[in-house]
Amino acid sequence: MTTKHTITVTVNGKQYQSEVEPRMLLVHYLRDMLDLTGTHIGCNTSQCGACVVQLNGEAVKSCTVLAVQADGCEVTTIEGLAPEEGSLHPLQEAFWEQHGLQCGFCTPGMIMASYQLLKHNPNPSEAEIRKGLEGNICRCTGYQNIVRAVQDASQRLHTSEKAPVTAND
Amino acid sequence: MGIAAMVGTPIKRREDPRLITGQATYVDDLKLTGMLYMAVLRSPYGHARILDINVDTALQHPGVRAVFTAQDLKNSVGNIPIAAPLPPHITNGMGRRGALAEGKVRFYGDPVAIVVAENRYIARDALDLIEIDYEPLPAAIDIEKAMQPDAPLLYEEFGTNVAVVMHPETDEIDKVFADTLANGGVVVKDRFMNQRLAPSPMETRGVVADYRRGDKILNLWSSSQIPHLLRNYLAEQLGLAQHQVRVVVPEVGGGFGCKLNIYAEEALAAFSSMKLGQPVKWIEDRDENLAATIHGRDQVNYVEAAATKDGKVTGLKVHVISDLGAHCQFFTDVIAIAFTLPMLSGCYDIPHIYSSCDTVFTNKAPTDAYRGAGRPEACYIIERAMDLVARELKRDPAEIRRLNFLQPEQFPHKVATGALYDSGNYAGALDKAMEIIDYQKLRQEQKRKRANGELMGIGVSSYVEICGIGPKGTAPFGLYESARMRIEQSGTVIVYTGSSPHGQGEETTFAQLVSAEFGIPIEQIQVLHGDTSSTPEGRGTYGSRTTAVGGTAVFQATQRLKEKMKTIAASMLEASATDITFEDGKFAVAGSPQKSVTFEEVAATANTSNELAPGIEPGLETTVFFEPEACTFPFGTHICVVEIDKETGEPHITRYIAVDDCGRQLNPLLVAGQVHGGIVQGVGQALYEEVIYADDGQLLTNTFMDYAMPIASEFPVFELDHTVTPTDVNPLGVKGVGEAGTIGATPAVSAAIADALEVAHLNMPHKAEKIWQIIQQKRQAK
Repeated sequence: MTTKHTITVTVNGKQYQSEVEPRMLLVHYLRDMLDLTGTHIGCNTSQCGACVVQLNGEAVKSCTVLAVQADGCEVTTIEGLAPEEGSLHPLQEAFWEQHGLQCGFCTPGMIMASYQLLKHNPNPSEAEIRKGLEGNICRCTGYQNIVRAVQDASQRLHTSEKAPVTAND
Repeated sequence: MGIAAMVGTPIKRREDPRLITGQATYVDDLKLTGMLYMAVLRSPYGHARILDINVDTALQHPGVRAVFTAQDLKNSVGNIPIAAPLPPHITNGMGRRGALAEGKVRFYGDPVAIVVAENRYIARDALDLIEIDYEPLPAAIDIEKAMQPDAPLLYEEFGTNVAVVMHPETDEIDKVFADTLANGGVVVKDRFMNQRLAPSPMETRGVVADYRRGDKILNLWSSSQIPHLLRNYLAEQLGLAQHQVRVVVPEVGGGFGCKLNIYAEEALAAFSSMKLGQPVKWIEDRDENLAATIHGRDQVNYVEAAATKDGKVTGLKVHVISDLGAHCQFFTDVIAIAFTLPMLSGCYDIPHIYSSCDTVFTNKAPTDAYRGAGRPEACYIIERAMDLVARELKRDPAEIRRLNFLQPEQFPHKVATGALYDSGNYAGALDKAMEIIDYQKLRQEQKRKRANGELMGIGVSSYVEICGIGPKGTAPFGLYESARMRIEQSGTVIVYTGSSPHGQGEETTFAQLVSAEFGIPIEQIQVLHGDTSSTPEGRGTYGSRTTAVGGTAVFQATQRLKEKMKTIAASMLEASATDITFEDGKFAVAGSPQKSVTFEEVAATANTSNELAPGIEPGLETTVFFEPEACTFPFGTHICVVEIDKETGEPHITRYIAVDDCGRQLNPLLVAGQVHGGIVQGVGQALYEEVIYADDGQLLTNTFMDYAMPIASEFPVFELDHTVTPTDVNPLGVKGVGEAGTIGATPAVSAAIADALEVAHLNMPHKAEKIWQIIQQKRQAK
């Protein structure tokens, strides 16, 4: 058996210390060891973006990051996006309001990628949103309502004082 | 919002809170005590003889609990179930197979052995330790070559790869064509390829099987569209009684038809759990999904159409060759015959339609139902044929369509293929789409652009499809749907439906329906599905049938319970049941509205029972099975505008208009969502997607790096509108919309590309490279 490594990772504000095989993927660490199953696996080759999480404030595809690479890092998953327990982040509200999801499988990754997009460009044009989400595949919605949701979230973040998009950074 | 307005209102979905917060439970999110993990070893060849399998090393690998091959399944696991075997060969066993390959592998990805281990990494490691000695064989890949006498045979004992040959006499259609030509008319012909696609739901397949030896009960969680059919067929496959199998379908991350199937892995996980006495999980990797989950489409169509010189189509002659792939899955053998051939008339009044069909086994993954299932192919054939007629006669494609449309007063109408259309107003949808896009102005713009050497094309597609299947006899099992409805003491309504959603949102639409019927807030209604231990026998979600069939069952359950509640209310109000009215959640005596009881009061009385009049059975519960007597035929017109970059050949969709008619809409927000998604899948076929095999049977598209899934930046904002032509087939007047976009989009895009290049036809997918080559050829020809 491979030697295990001890890693310390802060996920959604909570610190975990775990023993992992060096080859364990971050997405499997989050899902199988920490039981944070909101992050999904859609393609295994980094095309689909269902596994996007924030790693030290930048979006990564967690199927292409090893858990040991996250040692000492802060990770935010879909479960930790809302500012407080029981509330929704404006992006989550917008995806709900605009019918930006159907089967919901790509949704956590899509929301996390949109979070990254809005962080770097708070007022994206429609074309910029479509370009910015090229790394995320949705098979259900035809993207139209996802684009609307990101536009809506952008508006909400401008008018909302309670949850600016940089709050978790 | 008023409750009466609940139906027809674009309310947001009640499913979403769990999905947007990461709290939904998909199969891979389940964790059971003692759970083991299964991995599948698959064929690296398209066609090969298995000479020897050695599993010893794999078995000794630490953490491996079992390795199974076809030998181990003997007398324990039956053949993969198929719904409707067709004579002569399939009824005799051609294309039938066990859960693991025996003797031969017949496609890349064919399952050969399984490993069950303590975790998924170990299971995957041990696959590499299984030694298989293969003798590679020549593969039958090209479907028309596979039909030749010298082709490599998948099932040698049958002496051919052709499963079904349907070639009726051609005398009548030949005469129609000859007469049309003799009268100065035209005949157009072409060969259309409808390429092989991978359904690719974002959640791959997955199973957890947990056989409880003490109870002799198999609990099986599967990412499926058909919990009850899966239970029934899997029980038979495993030699269990139906009551010994409980299937639970948790959250499902998309299906598009590919989860309307009973797969080898479901039986394999169940068998492993029965053997080892522990739960077993299998989650499909994407490369497995692209290789071994069913594919869709894959037809070659020889099409001829005859028309008078004025443009009236007099006859259509179509030969369909359907690529079945390597073996039969659930509906593999009937897709072309049951869904393509009957829909060849499209929206048109065509007096004579001839169709013939060959279905052929090849060394590729099995094909089966993929969003549209046979109807996109039919729509593509007739719509492209109409464009060929228009081109031949130098008429506008929209004009030719209008000239041939069935008229509203002709419905119900049996077309020449035998399909009985319920209702339609095809010109209505076309007119609306043309008005939205300002069609005449657009054609002028095209003329100007052409004069400037720019490549702009306009494609029109008027589609009709068949939904809400189906009447008795359509499948060997009845295609009804069930609804069980229970009203609790508090007045909460619980709906258990046999429909099995995977993104469609019926927890919302069914609740809207019940809310409107009972006059109670939507929060007072719960919609449950996907557990064979609590939902009654059901048929599941596919063929755009959820609302038309499952929704009608729910509606009928509300009517039955309303009647019983009237009886109870009558006794509470000391009136006759015939005098009781029900409105806004209140039962009242006709003429004396002040004498009333609420929905909740009646529910309480029914459930507590002490106050019930003698002779009234306590409780409020009913189970309805709705079996439609006919199908519905949704329709619409899509118009696509493309501009092509002359230097790169890259096509850009600049506008896309969809006017769809799915009858009455329960929730327009969800209808629009279905249309958006359907269009993108249709455009995906037209422009990007294609499963490709090398001649030796190697799959060249087994990741999303090679299989081109559509992405957000490839699309404009779709402009949607609708018409509403209700149907009498069900009391809701609904038709179905899940597949409409996919069916309407593909011919619209293809027509636009052909129009831009000023060619009659080119085969999909219209990749930049192919288009660029045509541009070069045309330049050289000048």
